[in-house]
Formats: sequence, structure tokens, C-alpha cells
Amino acid sequence: MKLLKLIPDNTNIHFLRWQWPFFITNLLAMAASVVLLFTHGLNLGVDFVGGQMIRVTFEQSATAPVGKLRESVDSLGFGEPVIQTFGKPNEVSVRMKLPEGAEDNPKLADGMARKITEKVRHDFADARVDGVDSVSGKVSGELFHTGMLALGLAMICISIYIWIRFEWQFAVGALFALVQDILLTVGMFSLTQMEFDLNIVAALLTLLGYSLNDKIVVYDRIRENMKKHRRMPMNELLDLSVNETLSRTIATSLSVLIMLVSLLLLGPDVIFGFTAAITLGIFIGTYSSIFMSAPILIWLGVKSDTFVKKETDIDRQERLARETGARP
Amino acid sequence: MLEFPTWKKLWYWGLTIVIALCAVPSLVSLTNARWPDFLPEPKINLGLDLAGGSRLLLEANRQQVVQQRLEGMEESVRTRLRQASPTIAIGDFSSTGGQLAFTVRDASQVDAAREAILPLTSGAGLTGQRDWDITVRDGTRFILVPTQAGIDLAISSAMETAVEVVRKRIDALGTKEPDIRRLGGTRIDVQVPGLQDPQALKNLLGQTAKLEFKLVDETAVPSDLAKGIVPPGDEIVPYADPNDPAAGGVPYLAVKRLGGIKGDELTDAKQAFDPKTNAAVVSITFNQQGGEKFAKLTSENVNKRFAIILDGKVLSAPSINEAILGGSAQISGSFNVQSATQLAIALRSGALPVDLTVVEERTVGPDLGADSIQKGVVAMGVGTVLLMLFIFLTYGRFGAYANIALFINVLMILGVMAVLGTTLTLPGIAGFVLTIGAAVDANVLINERIREERHRGRRVVQAVELGYKEASRAIFDANITNAISAVLMFAFGSGPVRGFAVVLMIGIVTSVFTAVTMSRMWVAGWLRRARPSDLNV
Repeated sequence: MKLLKLIPDNTNIHFLRWQWPFFITNLLAMAASVVLLFTHGLNLGVDFVGGQMIRVTFEQSATAPVGKLRESVDSLGFGEPVIQTFGKPNEVSVRMKLPEGAEDNPKLADGMARKITEKVRHDFADARVDGVDSVSGKVSGELFHTGMLALGLAMICISIYIWIRFEWQFAVGALFALVQDILLTVGMFSLTQMEFDLNIVAALLTLLGYSLNDKIVVYDRIRENMKKHRRMPMNELLDLSVNETLSRTIATSLSVLIMLVSLLLLGPDVIFGFTAAITLGIFIGTYSSIFMSAPILIWLGVKSDTFVKKETDIDRQERLARETGARP
Repeated sequence: MLEFPTWKKLWYWGLTIVIALCAVPSLVSLTNARWPDFLPEPKINLGLDLAGGSRLLLEANRQQVVQQRLEGMEESVRTRLRQASPTIAIGDFSSTGGQLAFTVRDASQVDAAREAILPLTSGAGLTGQRDWDITVRDGTRFILVPTQAGIDLAISSAMETAVEVVRKRIDALGTKEPDIRRLGGTRIDVQVPGLQDPQALKNLLGQTAKLEFKLVDETAVPSDLAKGIVPPGDEIVPYADPNDPAAGGVPYLAVKRLGGIKGDELTDAKQAFDPKTNAAVVSITFNQQGGEKFAKLTSENVNKRFAIILDGKVLSAPSINEAILGGSAQISGSFNVQSATQLAIALRSGALPVDLTVVEERTVGPDLGADSIQKGVVAMGVGTVLLMLFIFLTYGRFGAYANIALFINVLMILGVMAVLGTTLTLPGIAGFVLTIGAAVDANVLINERIREERHRGRRVVQAVELGYKEASRAIFDANITNAISAVLMFAFGSGPVRGFAVVLMIGIVTSVFTAVTMSRMWVAGWLRRARPSDLNV
């Protein structure tokens, strides 16, 4: 059987030749994300700003009477709702944010949820309320803080782990790549104004894990090659390592993407944003693994002998074992 | 690396089969088939977002507990000093600023007063701290300050009672398998599967049901009350229904602050009808102690009025025609049958020691949940088939081993989830799909490495050995970083996100076992049997 090869054997692409253009592109993209965050902000979901998201299906209608629904909810005086269809055209989500200063009134969120559902049920005979999410101002603040705390802690813990297993330059390199992955993904959320809620934070945490997978595989190969080819110039060595791991990087990313795309196209509508975030992040993460994770090591001053000086007994045993094993 | 003694093979296969078998009941339940009763049935629980149901997060009013404790202490102190012999006279009582203060009239009684009050305080916490600090200033001024440990203890015990009361009330609604637990300092997490409309539940939980009977101060001057001047020892309580004709146009009532009785000493409460007016009322029965107190209050105050106060609002203020000795009474007010029934349930389950507010609600209808499960399963099936095809086309025989490992991995994740009794949530399904995608990473790493080593000219067995050995380091590191983010997600996430983290964590363990250990065993067996001179990888 002839096997499928996405990447030809023994590729020798000089990724590092383009390190500066890529680096500048990256910086610009990151800067653009930051600017977007400041100018457009994120479309924060009720998890983080407080308010209600109510899902309604109009059982007798082909399409939801969005205009009438908006008028109906608006007449309650809490402000104008954001109404979007999701899934089928007769399924909508009605989103209401808490008014300013709602933190002081913990009963407000629940009161709003009651009034809105009652009103919708009263005004539309065929409306079936499929779900209610109601979050008060106090809880939403906490959810936001714990979410950000989890993200920050994850980045720090992962960097510390890499520092222990590799060298500090690798930890800094990984951290930079992670910040980039997160920033670009969040930037895309700002650009598309897709809803940013608690599930998206979980998606970002997942991304951190997967993106790190890739980087670790590349770094592991760099470490191995540094011990193996003592005299190879750093540029060449990094290019070699990235090339050697290229087909694995692509194959794994493709595997995850196959699953993600089927989830995007066929999966539950409720977690569309979550899946979209991870899919987007896998692209960004794969890109940063191939183009960013290696050159960053040069800038941080990793030299060919970084691993030589600090070779421990265990490392030496491993090396000797490998060298003996390598003899035909 | 490639040696597998028979006992090891048996152990690996045994473990795999046992865990995979645990997944069967859950899979059978997906097809709606009946599971035989005589077999054990470890099943994966479905989260509320899949099964449908309602989750409410209730928050207690911390300040209220503190205030109630202060009032309780005031009453105890007054009673103690009055009952001391000789009676200790006090004045200048103040209960502002979160502390109690009073002056003992006769300086020679200061020590006696301290003796009398001391038993009212008790130790709080493990540090030997007391729940109140008593200090005496200027010789005769007593200051009672609640300590932090004391307040924490009071809140903690109030929350325990609150959880019990919430449980009783939800049980009274007849819902199945509610999950009620205390969360953090002042919160209660309530999950009721299958509840589509939590309105009735919220109404029931929103009612503190603190019932009080207090004497009406008939001497209060209406014009003073209108100006906001409250007679000493009184408090102003508004009517529940400001348009109540019994209120006579004044929507509030002055009642004696102390000396009333609380309605928490009941044995029963039910909805009934007033025989005269046929209006809905709640009939209550006191327990022994409560009955005696009620009899005493009514016999000492014949021809006076007492106010029936629910959650700080006057329901009615009937006059006492004669002593009520039977230990039962009737509460009238502007009730309909529904609200009277609700109050009866609330009173039967006891008063909440503190007001609860719904600060978060997540309700999912059963249709949305079922739709999510169906779509999730379809997406997982289609994705898995495509993925297996891709892996087989890329790695041939080694890909087939990876696919078998993947299939077993899916069963094992389900099996472990069933045995641990974890809850599958909607993000959990996503976690499942992702784990499948990521689990093949280990095999990709190994197979790529084997391919590479062959290109370097290694012999078949050596290439396979090196492939597994060299790849395992990266696999290990990669899985640790994934585990770090999963653990943090579990620690900080809310319900559904936790379900996602659980699937990720289980998947990390099982995927390493199937993708590395099991696949190596199969490859080793094949190498020994076929002794291939070349690898098509």
C-alpha cells in the first residue's frame, strides 16, 4: 500500500531565513490585537457582564418574529435586547445586559429574568423557552476574575514546568509563544465580535495545553540535536529540528482539526463559539510552533553549548547509550 | 522495550477489558434499550445542560445574620440582667455600629453584671477566642463586640440550617434527585434535574418564612409615627398589602420590638379555608413549647391586638378575644389558595435563618439538551471515522494499531467516567471529541520517529524500539502541560467547564496507556510473528 505523505521526507526549508519578516508580522498582528481590544473591546457574554441570555424556539413559526420580539422585550424598560438566531431560523437567543450600577442590587438579575420570560411566554403563544442563563453583577465579576486568574496561572505553571525540564530560554520562548497565541485568538474575537463567555476561557486554556504540545515536541528535538550535533551552527540546527518535526506537527494539527471541523459543522449549536475558538487557536498555535518557537531561542541567547556544560550524569548516560545504540 | 511477558499481556488486556466493559451500560442507555436488572449498572450522569434542568446559585445576606445575632444578644442580655437577683438596672442601651453598649446604673453591680453576661458568650473556633468581646469602659459602660470568629461561626451555622431548609422545600415540590450543597462562605448551589420552569421553586426559596407574633403598641401616637418618630422599644412594620382595608389607610404598624414569639416552633402548617369568610388561610399547629408560649402571650394580652408578621411585613393584626390554649392558630391575610399553600410548605420546612437571593440561574429545557447530545454523538462519530481513515492512510499497519488504540481509548474514557460517577456536560462532549483528536498525537509522534529512524538506516526492530523510546519523552512532557491546564480548569471552572476538564484529565491517562503501552504490545507481537525485513510506515 502506498502511504499518504503530506510532507515529503527530508524537507529542508530555511525557516530562519524569514525569521525577521515573520517576527515583524507577528508583532504587528499582536499590536493590532491590542489596538482592537482597546477600540472595539470584546463582546462579553452574560457570564462576565451580568444579565440574561434566554433561548426561545417558536414552535409554530418557520422563522422567529425577531422584530416583534425585540419590541416586546424592549417595552419592559430594561433596555434593548440583542436578538440572534442560532441553529434553525425559528430559534433565537435574547440577550440583555444588566443596567449600570446593578452590582448593588443582587435581586435585579433574577427579577429581570422572571419578567422577560413571563413577557415572552405571554406575548407569543408558540414560544418555548429552552434555556435561561441569568447572572447577577456580583457573580459575573467573580467569574471574570477567576477566569483570568486560571489563564494567568496556567501560563505561569506551564512555563515553570518547561523551565524545570529545559532551560530558562525555552520557558521564556514558550511563554512568548503562548501570549501570542492567546492574544491573537482574543484579537480575532474582538474583530468578529463573537460572544466571549466562560466557555471561551475554557477554550483558551485548552489551547494553551495543545499549543504547548507542539512547542515541546520542537524543543525536545532541538535539545536532542544540540547534544547530537555539537558543532552545527545554531541557525542550521534549529532549521533541522523544525524540519524534522514538521510532518508530525502537520499530522497532529490535522488530526485535531478533523475532529474540530466535524464538531463545528455537525455539533451542538450551543458550543459553536467554544469550538470556533479552539479551531482558530489551533491554526495560530501551529503557525507559531513552526515559525516562532525556534528563532526566539536565538534571540534569547541559546548557544550550541547550552546543554553541554550542564550535562548531568543522567544526560551523559542517555547520550552514551544513544551513541552506542547508534553504532551499526 | 519490546519484550512483553505473558503475565504483563494478560494484565494489560484484563485491565482494558474490565474498564471498557464499564462503558457498556452507558452506551446501552443511549439506544433506549433496557439494561437487565441483575447486572451492576455504573452509568455516566448527564449534566443539566444535556439532561435539562435548572441550576440556581443562592446567596445569603451576610449582614442580616450579623444583625439578627446582635438583636438576639440584646434580648438575652436584657432578660439575664432582669432575672438576676437582685435585678441589675441598666440604661443607655445602644445597638448601633455593629456592637451593643449599655450602662449599669449601680456601679457596685458591675461585677455581678459581668458574671451574668459571661455565660451568654462561648468559645468560637480552635484558637480559644470567644464569640463576643466584653469590655467595661469608664467603670460602668459595658461594650459587647462580636468577634470575627463568632460571626463566622454564626454564618456557618445559619448556612447549615439554610441548606437543610432548602432541601426540605425542594423535596416538598416533589422533584427528583435534587443536588443541594453549600458553596463557599455564603452560597448554596441547587441543581434540580428535569425542572423546566424554576419559577415556583424560586418563589418558594425566595420566601424566608420567618413568622413572628408581636404585640401592637396601641399607645403609639399616629401623628408621631407619621413624622417618623418611633416610640422607645417599638419598631415600625409595613403591611404586606398596603391597600389592606384592615390597615385603615395607614400602611404600617407600630409593634413592641421585644417579647413577641417566633413561629419556628411549629409541628405543622397547612392551607385551609376560614369557615366564616371562606378565604384561603394557613392553619398552623405549635409544638409543646411554642403552644405554651402562645397560650401565655394570648392569655396575658386579652383584648389587645397582636400582629402576625411574615418576613418583616404585617399579614394581619387580629385582636385577642380570649386566650388561645389549644396550640393551634390560623393566619389570615390576602392569600389565594396557591400562595397559602406555598406559605404552608415554607412554614412546614422551617424558616430560613437568612434571606436567600438567586444570584445565578442556568436553566436548560429538555429539548435543547437532547438536541445537543444527538448532534454531539453525530459529530463525534463522523469525526472519528474520518480521523481513522486519515491515520490509516498515513501510517498503514501502524496506523491501524493506532486506530484500535483510539477505539479502545474511547471505551476506556467512558468506562472510567462511569466508574467514577462523573458527570458528562456539553463542554464535556467537546472535550471528548478533542481528546480523540489529540490522543492520536502520541501515535503520530511514535510513527514519525520510526519512519525517521528507518530513513537513517536503522534496522527494523531497532527503529521501532528507538521510535517508542525517543518519542515517549515528548509525549510525557506534552501530556503534563495538558494536565496542568486541565487541573486549573477544574479548580477555577464552573460546572460545565469542570465536566470538560474531567474528560480531558481522564483522556490524558487513558490515551497514554492505549496509544503508547497497548500499541507497543501489538507492534512487538507483530514483529515477533512476521519478522518483517522492511517497514511500510
